[in-house]
Amino acid sequence: MAKIVIDGVTYEVNGDNNLLQECLSKGLDLPYFCWHPCMGSVGACRQCAVKQYRDADDQKGTLVMACMTKANDGSIISIEDEEAKKFRANVIESLMISHPHDCPVCEEGGECHLQDMTLMSGHNYRRYDRKKVTHRNQYLGPFVGHEMNRCITCYRCVRFYDDYAGGTDLAAQASHHHTYFGRQSDGFLESEFSGNLVEMCPTGVFTDATFSAHYSRKWDLQTAPSVCVGCAVGCNTTPGERYGELRRIVNRYHGDVNGYFLCDRGRFGYGFVNSAERLAESQQGKGTGRRTVSEDEAVLELNRILDGGQVIGIGSPRASVEANLALLQRVGGDNFYAGVSDAEFAQLQILKQLSGESALHAPSVREIEECDAVLVLGEDVTNTAPRIALALRQSARNRADELAAAAGIPSWQDAAVRELAQRELSPVYLLSGYATRLDDIARATVVDSAPGLTQLAQALARTLDSAAPTPAATLQEEQKQLLGSIADDLKGARRPLIVCGTGSGSEALLKAAANVARALATARGGDQAVDFCCVVPEVNSVGLVLMAGETQSLGLALKKMQAGDVQAAVVLENDLFGRAPQSQVEAALAGVGQLVAIDQLPTRTTELADLVIAGTSFAEQQGTYINYEGRAQTSMQVFMNNQAARPAWKWLRKESETTLAGLLQTAETTLEGLAGITAILPVSAAAVAGMKYPRQSHRYSGRTAIQAAANVHEGKQPEDRDSIMAFSMEGMSSQRDTAVLPNTWAPRWNSNQSVSKFLDEVGGHLRQGNPGRLLFTRNGSSAGYFEPESAAVTTGDFTLIPAYQLYGSDELSARAEVVNERLTGAYVALAPHDAQQLGVAANDLVTVSADQEALDYPVCIRRSVKPGTIVAFTPAGQFPVAGAGDQVSLSKAQGSGQARFGNLIVSDLQQEGI
Amino acid sequence: MNSNLIASSATSDKIQARELTASEIEEIEHEKTLYPDKQAVGLEALKIVQKHQGWVSDESLLAISRYLDIPVSELEGVATFFNLVFRRPVGKHVMLFCDSVSCWIMGCENIRAHISQKLGIDYGETTADGEFTLLPVPCLGDCDRAPVMMVDENQHRNLTAEKVDAIIQQYRNNEPGEQGS
Ligand code: SF4
Ligand code: SF4
Ligand code: FES
Ligand code: FES
Repeated sequence: MAKIVIDGVTYEVNGDNNLLQECLSKGLDLPYFCWHPCMGSVGACRQCAVKQYRDADDQKGTLVMACMTKANDGSIISIEDEEAKKFRANVIESLMISHPHDCPVCEEGGECHLQDMTLMSGHNYRRYDRKKVTHRNQYLGPFVGHEMNRCITCYRCVRFYDDYAGGTDLAAQASHHHTYFGRQSDGFLESEFSGNLVEMCPTGVFTDATFSAHYSRKWDLQTAPSVCVGCAVGCNTTPGERYGELRRIVNRYHGDVNGYFLCDRGRFGYGFVNSAERLAESQQGKGTGRRTVSEDEAVLELNRILDGGQVIGIGSPRASVEANLALLQRVGGDNFYAGVSDAEFAQLQILKQLSGESALHAPSVREIEECDAVLVLGEDVTNTAPRIALALRQSARNRADELAAAAGIPSWQDAAVRELAQRELSPVYLLSGYATRLDDIARATVVDSAPGLTQLAQALARTLDSAAPTPAATLQEEQKQLLGSIADDLKGARRPLIVCGTGSGSEALLKAAANVARALATARGGDQAVDFCCVVPEVNSVGLVLMAGETQSLGLALKKMQAGDVQAAVVLENDLFGRAPQSQVEAALAGVGQLVAIDQLPTRTTELADLVIAGTSFAEQQGTYINYEGRAQTSMQVFMNNQAARPAWKWLRKESETTLAGLLQTAETTLEGLAGITAILPVSAAAVAGMKYPRQSHRYSGRTAIQAAANVHEGKQPEDRDSIMAFSMEGMSSQRDTAVLPNTWAPRWNSNQSVSKFLDEVGGHLRQGNPGRLLFTRNGSSAGYFEPESAAVTTGDFTLIPAYQLYGSDELSARAEVVNERLTGAYVALAPHDAQQLGVAANDLVTVSADQEALDYPVCIRRSVKPGTIVAFTPAGQFPVAGAGDQVSLSKAQGSGQARFGNLIVSDLQQEGI
Repeated sequence: MNSNLIASSATSDKIQARELTASEIEEIEHEKTLYPDKQAVGLEALKIVQKHQGWVSDESLLAISRYLDIPVSELEGVATFFNLVFRRPVGKHVMLFCDSVSCWIMGCENIRAHISQKLGIDYGETTADGEFTLLPVPCLGDCDRAPVMMVDENQHRNLTAEKVDAIIQQYRNNEPGEQGS
């Protein structure tokens, strides 16, 4: 701790930090542009100038940049000093010389850091009366808009996009007053994290193009604290609604999970909520006999079926805990099945088994960033859990911080640290099925199919601990050497990390990865848990597996249905055709008496259902989701569905008095895995005098007139009987409880940068505590190493490796209209040699035949695919022709494919002919 | 590793990288031996290509990007940072005309007006016959002999309208410019 004096007041601060950080952490207002807590200081904008005095006698002082000056013990500074104030006003005046002052038509207006800083700096009169520099804007794809004239050259965009997120297609161009931030030529931004530019840029240069298409000011949006349903990371978000339509999603700070950043799937993939395809009303009957039914009729019919006996429920990894619970309680645990593929179910069971083991720890995103040696085993995190990929980039940078620390350079001195470290990175080893987007930070990569990677992992475990099982195969010298360095790096690291997941599709690889982590824990003395990050596919995959019984697989459910043992099946938010082979699903549906499907959008399953119940999207309901690390988080309802869709848990509850809290309370006592879950319910339910937390801002406009086109009388606000929030402007201040805090907003801070006002320190944790709760309790010791199993032998010439994509691997976001522009469609990637042998070129069709099935896929050629393997991408909602590690045969088929390979962001695409 | 990240959309469909010539490659390879990594060779490669081609076209930019494994946007950043890396075609002779303070005091504006009138071009323009391009530069380091301009590699000092006429004629006649006053 250091003591510093700011404008005559003494503060206790962290002396290792810079003055700007500390001023902001103390809640003081000091303008800045280029600094960011995650990216450090470069002193580019000169906006954060303060006066620093040598000692108490120094009356004159010197102007220093607060972000570039260490908060040394005994420092005396002034923010209020007249000269410093004038300097800041002059700086912003010159930064804004060519700024167009187009706030009224700018999407940033009203939540603009530049507006806030202009006011704060006291620049209010424009003296420059010459011609402004103007720029040509670029087309950057469907997500991000570009209006370069608004730029104040703070360089934050490129520092985030390139330096922090590893992008390569956005750069600063030209110089002095022509400086331009864009791509070399028009084209979509390639980074999976491009949307963060919208929040990183302090002005309206980069804006959310999906929001512009149906724009509203920040204060006119109805918002609530929500959780992204795009993957299993569970980033915290703030969706905003107006006129019954979801208008945008922005980041909501969580100190352990997403921090300041979201991925583009999460930010831009919300359009499915507004889709014209949405199931607005419930329907009964099949084919031409299908008719719309009223809510009451739907409830009656559903209850008749549910009470009729012999009913099974198929739960969903994309539905909330509450929705699954309501179904489970209705049909009984023995009749509740996990609606995931059997291969995935087996993997999730292993994860469940590992979740109690004390030698392992599931790291949060923030903890991942702290790890300084990483081994990734078979998981393409960029496309399955993107926010984790962004964190891994920061893990690799720990080496730079170490070097800086040794040289006495503070880690926030960004330019100096980068200059010192050059290309030195902490060790990251990527063992995957195909080249990934993290290859540029890897010390070494291995590309192989799951069986190959499993052998390596088994051997690595054995290298780390001689008590680990003997690996099945013997390795080549080169491989042994690589494993030797991996083992050394993992053992020697301050905090090593093993990343794996269900993405490899291989149970054996998951087990081998667990063995590596266990062996590592032993090799490191055994008294500390090893970070073991196991990625799962969907927002509530973990929740589902904690609820469903160990043997309650979908395969079993389908068999029972086929055998005619089931009167009715209720399928919750799930398309069975994406979870099991078509033939199996069809046979099962043929055997079942009645099929009920509850969903938001039509699927092949809803098409075939006898009763289709209209469910709500995440934004129209409250729900809890459990992320990859076992963190239960509640997502609050943002707005009311104005048609006849209702939350699944409401349709399914037996008693109309059952509440969300009630469902969780019952679960806590009956389901072991969910112990502790009620702790996440917002405590402030003690709503004072019936008052609730408002979802609308004080400035929300037009409430009395919003429905004037239909009715000149002010309509009643919809009532929220389910939660402690209200669809209203009135109520208690949500600022005291992060569980109900939708937006950060503070006097003089209207943009998202106001988040500093809500944190214990900048970049730290929410002052009232980060919402959510970790459910895994680890007190069990390991059951011992998994024994290597010999894989079942199948025939064929190629080993299949499943591939994933940011756009397309997630069922819901893929149905957003804007995301459609970035989809590729299904394909298989071949090694150049194999393509030649088969005589196929890009976008030709090949027939992939496995045991039972044969399907045609368009081909692309990727240089780094291992000969003898095929990398197959199957969009969500379709079932792959074969499983990971299965052998398949290929033959050239007639015709050519429709895959849009221009949308493929991979490093090794052979472009000829595409 | 970097170009590994350049995906298909990094370059617009319209632009195709051209083949670098053997002598360009030879010179770039030589520069590579002088720097710790190939990223650092970007600027030198741009200069080499400009020396051979007169300017750096999109096709050349892309060719260098591929050859050196530098993202094309980054290379564009370097190319556009430096005023004298030409990203548009220039004339056979490039006139760098000093418009900085000493030359301004010595009346360079009149000389510039004379050049513009004689050649029919303003700053940033090239004569219709492709002979001359006129560009402003800040201070050529010859302030004591202002006004000054540099044509190709040659400095011309103490400029007057008559002198400028003679210089232009010389270049038109393909006579190398004379040094000094
Ligand atoms: S575009 Fe935005 S973030 Fe980038 S330099 Fe300009 S103002 Fe800063
Ligand atoms: S990483 Fe996952 S949870 Fe986070 S924003 Fe992206 S899709 Fe959503
Ligand atoms: S914030 Fe300190 S110089 Fe930009
Ligand atoms: S000002 Fe023209 S040469 Fe220096």
